Amino acid sequence: MPAKRLRGLLLLPLLLLGGCNLVLLAPSGDMARQQSDIMIITTIIIALIIVPVLVAIAIIAWRYRASNKHARYDPHWDHSPQLELVVWAVPLVIIIAVGAVSWIGTHQTDPYRAIDRIAPGQPVAADVKPLEVNVVSLQWKWLFFYPQYGIATVNELAAPVDRPIRFQLTSDTMMDSFFIPALVGQVYAMPGMQTILHGVINKPGEYKGFSANYSGLGFTDMRFTFHGLDTQDFDAWVAKVRAAGGDLDTATYDQLRKPTRDAPVHYYARFEPDLYTRILNLCVDPGQICLSEMMAAGTHGGGAMRDMHGHDAMSMPMDAPTPTAPAAATH
Amino acid sequence: MLEAMPHRAAIWNFLFGRLTIDSLPFLDNNAEGRILLVTLVVVVVIGVAILAAVTKYRKWGYLWRDWFTTVDHKKLGIMYMILGTVMLLRGFSDAIMMRAQQAVAFGPEMGYLPPQHYDQIFTAHGSIMIFFVAMAYIVGLMNYVMPLQIGSRDVAFPFLNNLSFWFTFWGAILFMVSLFVGDFSIAGWLGYPPVSEVQQGPGVDYYIWGLQLSGVGTLLTGVNFVTTILKTRAPGMTLMKMPVFSWTALCTSGLIIATFPVLTATLFLLALDRYVGTHFFTTGSGGNLMMYINLIWIWGHPEVYILILPLFGVYSEIVPTFSGKPLFAYSSMVYATIAIMILSYLVWLHHFFTMGSGADVNSFFSLTTMMISIPTGVKIFNWLFTMYRGRVRYTVPMLWTLGALFTFTIGGMTGVMLSVTPADFLLHNSLFLIAHFHNVIIGGVVFGVFAAVNYWFPKAFGFKLDEFWGKATFWFWLVGFWVAFTPLYILGLMGVTRRLSHFEDPSLQPYFIVAAFGSFLIALGILSFIIQIYVSILRRRQYAVGGDPWDGRTLEWSTTSPPPEYNFAFIPIVHERDAWTDMKAHGYERPQAGFNAIHMPKNTATGVVIGALSFACCFGLVWYIWWLAALSLVGIIAVAIAHTFNYHQDHHIPADEVHRSEQAGNWQTDAEGASA
Repeated sequence: MPAKRLRGLLLLPLLLLGGCNLVLLAPSGDMARQQSDIMIITTIIIALIIVPVLVAIAIIAWRYRASNKHARYDPHWDHSPQLELVVWAVPLVIIIAVGAVSWIGTHQTDPYRAIDRIAPGQPVAADVKPLEVNVVSLQWKWLFFYPQYGIATVNELAAPVDRPIRFQLTSDTMMDSFFIPALVGQVYAMPGMQTILHGVINKPGEYKGFSANYSGLGFTDMRFTFHGLDTQDFDAWVAKVRAAGGDLDTATYDQLRKPTRDAPVHYYARFEPDLYTRILNLCVDPGQICLSEMMAAGTHGGGAMRDMHGHDAMSMPMDAPTPTAPAAATH
Repeated sequence: MLEAMPHRAAIWNFLFGRLTIDSLPFLDNNAEGRILLVTLVVVVVIGVAILAAVTKYRKWGYLWRDWFTTVDHKKLGIMYMILGTVMLLRGFSDAIMMRAQQAVAFGPEMGYLPPQHYDQIFTAHGSIMIFFVAMAYIVGLMNYVMPLQIGSRDVAFPFLNNLSFWFTFWGAILFMVSLFVGDFSIAGWLGYPPVSEVQQGPGVDYYIWGLQLSGVGTLLTGVNFVTTILKTRAPGMTLMKMPVFSWTALCTSGLIIATFPVLTATLFLLALDRYVGTHFFTTGSGGNLMMYINLIWIWGHPEVYILILPLFGVYSEIVPTFSGKPLFAYSSMVYATIAIMILSYLVWLHHFFTMGSGADVNSFFSLTTMMISIPTGVKIFNWLFTMYRGRVRYTVPMLWTLGALFTFTIGGMTGVMLSVTPADFLLHNSLFLIAHFHNVIIGGVVFGVFAAVNYWFPKAFGFKLDEFWGKATFWFWLVGFWVAFTPLYILGLMGVTRRLSHFEDPSLQPYFIVAAFGSFLIALGILSFIIQIYVSILRRRQYAVGGDPWDGRTLEWSTTSPPPEYNFAFIPIVHERDAWTDMKAHGYERPQAGFNAIHMPKNTATGVVIGALSFACCFGLVWYIWWLAALSLVGIIAVAIAHTFNYHQDHHIPADEVHRSEQAGNWQTDAEGASA
């Protein structure tokens, strides 16, 4: 694959800098790898014009220095239709090339698009179902639901190698960006909204994950470990989480969502099945109207509001703090 | 909604709002409190020393008459440059504190700044550098140079110009006050919700009202400059004969008019959310935080081009002057400027590709972003072909320009990398991004400002700046920049994100130490710049120059250095581009007699008063001191109405005074300067 050889070429000068781990140039997940390849290819195309320009600046600046009386001096030369054409055309051509790569790449690596291969030339087997993970960013930790396994974890994520992962992301209050550089590019996690991200990890190992969008005082510690595991190890990990016990119900969640810094890893053997949906719709606590209901009511001209279970809550001023919701959630 | 008031007698809450003795962080008995106390003492000592010196030398009257109340675009330009430099010292102190924190805060070592301080510092650094350093500098440059370049005696609305300055000035003071009274926003330089809505205390309110003040000032400046350029050009100067710097001033001012109202409206909505409990940006109550992020970038991205365009103009003046040749492909340059102006509106979404919009939307904004690099590339080629077959004199302004060409071009390359959506998913918010925008803002804007200062300083003050210290400044900045930001590029590729105040991975530390060393080199660069100014003032007789020290090409070089109050005794008539070169080629001789009285605007104190009142109003709003806010607002309106009844806004400089001043002015062309 030519991109591989080009990658080596690009890495060469950087290797001289020492043994730094340039994870974005050598990621371990196929999606990140594709994004990284696109970055490298476009960089090389841009360099085709930038490097000659830099050299030309140096040459012209040196050759036409005032003390060099041998260089030709043409004090009235200020235009040339041919040169102007070149000056507009060359950047245009480069941008058409980069733009084409970007257009195709943007669609190919669209985070919402289900993955159809786990590695170059290795399509996803027909019987493989992607691993579903529902992600919630809290102040300031990550909560992961595994609906297919009925478990949930805080600040630790695991996935089997070579099995596509489908993340659905939302946030409790703040806006964060869910990012595991080795796996796949980031996507925002926003309150009351859901984003989707697909990825696959190809090598077992421990990878860094964190929030890449500043979300307040505890943001700096908002890290977690992502474990790429063989199928057996993954099953063992699931068993370990189950064995740790603990229920994630509304009360536990209300404790968990309180702002804390540097939260430790925590396992939950069970969770309330609709908890993630309620977090997404901002109606974790009893009495709160879910966004989905509010929107459904809106599509019926508001008449449907009468039928909503929390009808009375709707007539309350929005700022009146509900007893259980932290002040930060409303304002 | 408003926050709870302190528990004390109602009268105190009425008088002081939520301001209490605990709001003074320099009284805190901890490390940050002591740092602030020392800073406060230094500020007070310097401030008292300045005030005492002004009093001792009886300069209050001079300052009031000749500077504070002036409507002269040249003096206002200089005041903007001084404001920008003072704020650069503040913004850079923030930068070096961040670099120091990130160089030490690894593993068990937490560094000296806890997040609540570190986060205020990066917020202050970004907003001060953009609004009160870069903006002050470009408005100062346009103020000083543009009217001279287009052969005008002043801007179209001289009083408005004074008022704009005071709005900007008091906005900056509001930011500075937040250092010692209360705290500052932790929400980053763009004040993203939810952080900016959740944060308690006056921090975000300082941010909002400080920016509102300076934003109104900037908007008025934009209106003023567009009118000036369209209506007061010298006879014969058609738009396509106008110097490129003035062209960029026109496009930048157009961008200001179109975008600053968006900033004002966005911040106003944020203020409503914070003060009266609306939910424009609160998810779940009909609002949406992404609305803020869209709006702020609809202002924010054109803002980037508001900053860089005037400096493109600066390079387009300096390169031809020191190459001894007209600018290559003038029309291309103008069209490229206009293209950048228009395209800059169509790219804002590239700041949040990662919000989960579809591939088609992302591709569109990826392409529009890349398209900007076409006219920008054309500009770089045009400067290159201007040097080609020239006689390039390596003066200090030219050195800065060459440094900028190298640095900015590389910054442009990393910018195109970031515009490729799949790459942006990896690089977004990383230190690679930080390195990229510092690469274009320092390499493009700051280097350009230094080039411009060295280029036009002799015009403004009648003597050149010292070459040795000028070169020292340049090399410290250039080397310092690359030492400080190359590690950030590498760290970005290692997946390190921005705004972290503490790290776990010790293998990253060497890079941050190198970056800190780079910021130390930049500190030496700033020091050299101050020494350069100081040394040049000491040797001002030795460095004295005439009207045209560089063998300039545009009209500002046709008058004395410094120019008289009225700029030109006779408004020049323009026949060609590079009007002054054309006049010199045709054996122009300046008129010696036959002067007429010149009609000029009169100074006014209205700007100073409205500025001070608006500060009081905003301070009242920040601290919930409602009587102060209301009273000052009424005062502003009253003073503004009173001003409309002032029918003595102009005066005539008598012909014999013009005659005397024309004889006294320093006209000699500095032969040494032209051949250096």
